[in-house]
Amino acid sequence: MKKSLIVTMALTLSLSLAACGNNTNNGANNGNAAATNNATTNNTASADLSGSILASGSTALQPLVDQVSKEFMDKNSGVSIQVQGGGSGTGLTQVSEGQAQIGNSDVFAEEKLDSAKAAELVDHQVAVVAMAAVTNKDVGVDNLTKQQLVDIFTGKVTNWKEVGGKDEKIQIVNRPSSSGTRATFEKFALGTKTEDLEGSIQEDASGTVKKLVSETPGAIGYLALSYLDDSVTAVKYEGVDANVDNVANGTYPVWAYEHMYTKGEPDAATKAFLDYMVSEEIQNGDVVEMGYIPASKMEVKRDALGNVTK
Amino acid sequence: MKKSNDREVATPHLAEEWVGKVYTFICILFLIITIFSMVYFVASKGLSTFIVNGVNVKDLLTGLKWKPDSDTPMFGALPFIFGSFSTSILAAIIAAPLGFCAAVFMVELSPKLGRTFMQPVIELLAGIPSVVYGFVGLSVIVPLFRDLFPGQGVGIAAGSLVLAFMILPTITTIATDALASLPAGLKEGSYALGATRWQTIYRIVLPTTLPAQMTGIVLGIARAFGEALAVQMVIGNAPHIPHSLFESTSTLTSAITLSMGNTAMGSVQNNALWSLALILMLMTFVFVFIIRWLEGRKKL
Amino acid sequence: MSAKTADKIATGIIIAITALIALALIGLLGYILYRGLGHISWHFLTSPPEAIRKGGGIGPQLFNSLFLLVLTMIITVPLGIGAGIYMSEYAKAGKITSAIRLVVEVLSSFPSIIVGLFGLLVIVNKFNLGFSLLSGALALTIFNLPLMVRITEQGLRSVPVQQKEASLALGISKWKTIRSVQLPIALPVVLSGSILAAGRIFGEAAALLFTAGMSSPRLDFSDWNPLHSASPLNPMRPAETLAVHIWKVNSEGLAPDATQIAAGASAVLIITVLLFNLGARALGRYMHNKFTASK
Repeated sequence: MKKSLIVTMALTLSLSLAACGNNTNNGANNGNAAATNNATTNNTASADLSGSILASGSTALQPLVDQVSKEFMDKNSGVSIQVQGGGSGTGLTQVSEGQAQIGNSDVFAEEKLDSAKAAELVDHQVAVVAMAAVTNKDVGVDNLTKQQLVDIFTGKVTNWKEVGGKDEKIQIVNRPSSSGTRATFEKFALGTKTEDLEGSIQEDASGTVKKLVSETPGAIGYLALSYLDDSVTAVKYEGVDANVDNVANGTYPVWAYEHMYTKGEPDAATKAFLDYMVSEEIQNGDVVEMGYIPASKMEVKRDALGNVTK
Repeated sequence: MKKSNDREVATPHLAEEWVGKVYTFICILFLIITIFSMVYFVASKGLSTFIVNGVNVKDLLTGLKWKPDSDTPMFGALPFIFGSFSTSILAAIIAAPLGFCAAVFMVELSPKLGRTFMQPVIELLAGIPSVVYGFVGLSVIVPLFRDLFPGQGVGIAAGSLVLAFMILPTITTIATDALASLPAGLKEGSYALGATRWQTIYRIVLPTTLPAQMTGIVLGIARAFGEALAVQMVIGNAPHIPHSLFESTSTLTSAITLSMGNTAMGSVQNNALWSLALILMLMTFVFVFIIRWLEGRKKL
Repeated sequence: MSAKTADKIATGIIIAITALIALALIGLLGYILYRGLGHISWHFLTSPPEAIRKGGGIGPQLFNSLFLLVLTMIITVPLGIGAGIYMSEYAKAGKITSAIRLVVEVLSSFPSIIVGLFGLLVIVNKFNLGFSLLSGALALTIFNLPLMVRITEQGLRSVPVQQKEASLALGISKWKTIRSVQLPIALPVVLSGSILAAGRIFGEAAALLFTAGMSSPRLDFSDWNPLHSASPLNPMRPAETLAVHIWKVNSEGLAPDATQIAAGASAVLIITVLLFNLGARALGRYMHNKFTASK
């Protein structure tokens, strides 16, 4: 009898942990936020910033934020920045729930969070990432029209000879349907969502996609510009080459903003970091070096609904 | 006089006893709390797909189309369930005979060589991390299958082969234990009757140790069922039931790892992934029950 | 076919298959070491990774793996041994004990990805420990506890019953008997089992992807104060381990030498696991000899 009593108590304990956890989480967050605010408001006058920032989310944005954070920490030794991956969805969740100060995302928050939560977040667009369709080197095609791409990815065209290449079966290397990269490609290169076809390969990570496309005969996939190298063939889109200038002047439409979201306005340390991210030095230095495009260089703008304006 | 002496001697012992009882009980309590919390959290998240988002349970379990992000979302998880089962069972089919041979070698044919050579080999196979298996699979097995067989090299065949290597140590170890604990009299009786070694093995040893070996095989299947990273790299990940062993397909685990980071917590896409995790967890329970039932039979 | 020929053929097949398994392992190890050994150098082992430039290393990741291992063992060993002692010595046969045994078995078969997801949900989010060494250590503890329990039970079972009864007959209390008589005898089994478990922890990645995180902050190796954020000993910092790093570099690697880094890191990982295995066997043999005074 005594033992079963204790086991019942254990069960009750674990269930109450579930309830407790939520409260302590909010309490701790409020305490932290208040502390950082106090500390940094005192310090805005001086150049000594201090604070601890967690930026998590998109793995596409992670290398850039990682590198810039190191340079920022060199300049401001009182600030400690940690950069995590985990995917755009994780990043948006964490910044919305207050566990991270910055949420890195490849897509607008409205596309993943419900509108109430997305409305709480403030968007900082720090760079533009462009992607190109890539094929295996043996395919023999260097340009694809929008219609041809749509036909390939919807399965209407199954052999490369139908679009001017070798007589070889087309092997699609796609992203999972939840991927922001895929959403961008489908929206701006294809203009339509596509189904997951039977026999297609899906991988989430750009490195794995590149490896598969370079090794699989007849493969086609899409990669951000920073991943392009001579192991795969980059294909022109509607005759337009995928390079920085064409993206900037709007002739190459397959691009998306990289967002760094904060919940509400950022505190002083975070604000300084975000300002540093969009500063001339970084935009023309690290951003370009790592294969992204400076947001400032863009001659066109796009909003959350996809409307392009000059 | 005597009474108080007894009490003085007894008290430190009693205190010591209490220390022991409390300490060990707390440890067990931690274990119990942990597993109940795990079940509770995974279940609550997994069930919210049905309760909060209104997805039909039957649709999830038997539906063939998995399109959580399309304009008409569909949540059919049958391809994943099929993929998980087929890769695990095929892996066991490959690994079971291999494990049995290795076990027979180590116990019957050459115990000395077995202990000094094969035992470390098996332990090492067990120690290789799953990420390494995955990358060797992607770098070696997939290109090999692409050259030898139709298709792109990914699929159930590649997944099963990688998994077979990963569960081989489990199956072999349990098989070895089963063979070693066989009463020597049984084998000697057989030899005394003039049977050859192979006849003894396949007429006496194998049938008698079969329940124990089945335990090992089911444990191996359970392991394979839960493996995520290695499988994701070689299985192709198309959410469809394949038409051949060499066509891209998915498992429950690969579907979860592929998309979990891209979804925001609380969204229906995220909840759907937790439902997949719930199915995984329930299958673990089923496997454990099967193993217990097999062990119960063995005792008879 | 006569029985004798059947026997010969069967023996041949068994030997061939066993040799095949051994060859497969040697091939596997050889492949990894061949691709990776060339890249290992002191610089590789101690410098931090580079995001897009050549010449990155695995220094912090290697340290993280080792430190996480130590942290996990510190938590797991007392808990596991305690629970194992309870199951072995104190538990009375009955419905609740069998239920507990069931619980332990289920936990040991849980897919590691679920442990990782649970860790994300509860340890990282609800308990607000964030992506940290501590979160990773707790996740690994959950993962490893059943193994420790089983090892402890195995070890205690290997103690001759007569030793235990003699000790109890002398009037030594049960707890002291366990502590001073049974545990020391069980020690070789428990120790070598723990080292093998340690090898498994070292290579674990799925459970850590969402708990210890995929990045490592700048580490100041001259600062050993566990409370400072840049100190390597701070358990609250994110800590990408070697296995997770291999996963990340191979999946997302932007650096031009990504493949070599992944190969080198895999080689280091394998070699460490090999050392753990050999160490466990050697230690087990040594302690066995010491305790049973055999040569």
